[in-house]
Amino acid sequence: MTISAIGSGDGKELTIKVSGRFDFSAHQEFRQVYEGASPDIESYVVDMAEATYLDSSALGMLLLLRDHAGGDSANIKISNCNSDVKKILTISNFGQLFAID
Amino acid sequence: MSKSLKILIADDNDSDRLILTAIVKKEGHESVTAANGQEAVDMYKEHKPDIVLLDALMPVMDGFNAARLIKEASGEDLVPIIFLTSLQDAASLAKCLDSGGDDFLSKPYNRIILKAKINAFSRMRTMHSAIQEHNKQLLLEQQVAKTIFDNVAHLGCLDAGNLKYSLSPLAVFNGDTVLAERKPDGGMYVFLGDFTGHGLPAAVGSLPLAEIFYGMTGKGFNIEEILREINQKLRKILPTGVFCCGSMIDMDFYEKSAKVWVGGLPNCFLYHSGNKEITELISKNLPLGVLDSKSFKPVFEEYSLDIGDRFFLWSDGIIESRNVEGEMFGEDRLRDVFYKCQEPEELFQQTLSAVDEFIGVEGVRDDDITVLEAKMVEHAELGESNLQNMKGTSVGPMDWELEFVLKAATLKLYNPLPLVLHIVTEVEGLRSVSGQLYTLLAELFSNALEHGVLNLSSELKKSTAGFAEYYQARTKALEQLSEGEVKVTLRHKPLNLGGLLTIRMEDTGNGFDHESIINRSRTNKEYSGRGLPLISKICDSFAYKGKGNIVEATIQWPVVKKI
Repeated sequence: MTISAIGSGDGKELTIKVSGRFDFSAHQEFRQVYEGASPDIESYVVDMAEATYLDSSALGMLLLLRDHAGGDSANIKISNCNSDVKKILTISNFGQLFAID
Repeated sequence: MSKSLKILIADDNDSDRLILTAIVKKEGHESVTAANGQEAVDMYKEHKPDIVLLDALMPVMDGFNAARLIKEASGEDLVPIIFLTSLQDAASLAKCLDSGGDDFLSKPYNRIILKAKINAFSRMRTMHSAIQEHNKQLLLEQQVAKTIFDNVAHLGCLDAGNLKYSLSPLAVFNGDTVLAERKPDGGMYVFLGDFTGHGLPAAVGSLPLAEIFYGMTGKGFNIEEILREINQKLRKILPTGVFCCGSMIDMDFYEKSAKVWVGGLPNCFLYHSGNKEITELISKNLPLGVLDSKSFKPVFEEYSLDIGDRFFLWSDGIIESRNVEGEMFGEDRLRDVFYKCQEPEELFQQTLSAVDEFIGVEGVRDDDITVLEAKMVEHAELGESNLQNMKGTSVGPMDWELEFVLKAATLKLYNPLPLVLHIVTEVEGLRSVSGQLYTLLAELFSNALEHGVLNLSSELKKSTAGFAEYYQARTKALEQLSEGEVKVTLRHKPLNLGGLLTIRMEDTGNGFDHESIINRSRTNKEYSGRGLPLISKICDSFAYKGKGNIVEATIQWPVVKKI
C-alpha cells in the first residue's frame, strides 16, 4: 500500500496515485498528501491504475478529500479503476459525487 | 523511584544471596529469599513479590524451569524476572530470555546496574497495572453501553414470524444494524445498515438511527421521510468519511407489495417463491450520511409480491468473507446457493452454512456477517400492530371539529397523515385503534390524492407491470401538480358511552361513478381499486357523496369490531 502524489506542470492539478489495497492503513498517508499540497491546486485526480481493492474506509477517505477540495464544488476525477474497484464505487453510487472513468 | 517493592532473591550461593539482600534492603525494598528453583516457585506463590531475581543454575530445579512456573502462576500480572548468571555465552543468555526471563545481570553484581534495572522494571510494572486498570474500566463501560445499545436497537418487532436475521459481531459492538418495526397501518419497515468501520465508532451511529427509525415509524411517517431524517441526522453528527450503507423496505401485507430503498449495499435479493427466480436489488443511492438534505433524493423500487416471496438483505461481509487461500466468497457463490435451493424455508440457513463452510476454520472474517430475511405473509398471520408509542394521560378532547385544507404545493411534498393521526389520537378512546385509524386515513387520503387530484386510474395496478407504471405515473403527476386540493375534515362527538369520529375528505378531482364501482366491488372479489373492502371493514359506515369527490367515514368507540 503506497500513496504518491505528482503536481501538474502548471501546479493546478494534483494526481494522487494509489497502489495495492486502498484501506484504512492508508488513512494517514492519503490525508497528508492532499493536506500538504499547494493551495493553488484546483483539481484532483485519484489514479487507481495500481489499486487492487478498496474498502469502505477508502470511500470515507475519498469523501474527506472531497470536503477538503470544496465539497459540492470539488473537482475530483477517479481514474483508471479496475473492475473490482469500479464495482465498489458503483454500488456506493459515488458517481454522483466524483467523475469516475 | 522511591516506592518500596517486595523482591524475591533466589540463589543457591549463600554469600551471593546475602550480598543481594543487602543491596536490595539498602535501596529501601523488602526481600524474600530462596535457595533453589523449587523454593523460589513456592516463595513466589506465598509472597507474591513484585520482581524476581533468579540464579540460572541451581540445585533441585534450575532457574529456567522456575521462571516458566512463576510466569505461569503470575497469570495476567506482570512479574519481571531478572536472571543472575555467571554464564557469558550468547546462547545461554538467550536461553534466560526464552524461558520467560525479562533481563539478565552478570556476576559479579554491579550495584548501580542492579538498582537501575529494578527501577526500570518497577516503572514497567506501574505502567502495566495502569493499562490493566484502564482495560477493566473499558470493558465495564462497554458492557453498560452494550446494554443501552441493545435496548435501543432491539425495541421493535425483530421477533416477528416473517423475519429471520443473523448478526455476528466482530467486537462487543457491531458496525451492522438490523431494525424492524410494524407500521401503524399494519405494514412493516425493515432496515439493515452497515456503518463504515467496526466497533465503537461504528456502533455509535446506530443509536440515533434506531431512535429515528422506531420513533418515526410509530408516528406514521412514510419511508422517504424516515430515510430523509436519518440521512440528515447522520450527516450532522458523523465525521466526514463515516457513513451508513443500508437498505430499507416498506412491506404492505394488505396490498402484498413492497417499496425498497438500497444505498451502498451490494446487490440484495428478492426471491420469488413461485418460479424460484431472484430479482436483484441494485443500489441506486448513496449511503446515508453523505449528502446534505437538499441533495438527498432517495430512489425507490416498487414490487408486487406473492405470499412466500422473501427479501434477503446483507452487508458486504458475506461476499467479502475469505477462505484460507484468500479467495472471496463472492456473488456467484451466493447466487449458486439460491439456484440450488429446493426449499425456500431453508434458504436463510443454507446461505449462512455455505459461507461458514467456505471460510473453514482458518479463513478470514474481515467484516461483520449480517443477513436479514423478510417474508411476505398474510396480514392475519402477523396480527395487528401493537405500538406502545402513543402516550397520554387525559380523556382528551371530546367535542370538536377541525378542517385541514392541503393545497397543491403542500400535496407535492408533505404527508399530513402523522399530524392528523396525532390529533385524532388525542381522544384517548381512539388511541387503542390508532393502527386501524391510520390505515383508514391513509386509504381515504391516497384515494383523494391519487384518484381525485392526480386523476390516476386504479385499473393500472392490477398487473405487475402496471403496478410499477402506476407509481411512476404518480410520481410524475405529483411533480407536475400546480392546482387542486384535498380538504380533510375531522369531527368528534361524545356519545353516552365513548364517542363518534367522522372523517370527511373532499378533493377537487372529477369524482367517479361511485355507485357502480361499489356494486362491482360487492360482486367481484378480484377488484381491489380504492381499497374499498378494507375501508368498509374498519369503519362503521362510509359513503361517497357529491359526484364521488367526497367521502365520509365514521368510527364509533369503544370499538368492538376487528379486522
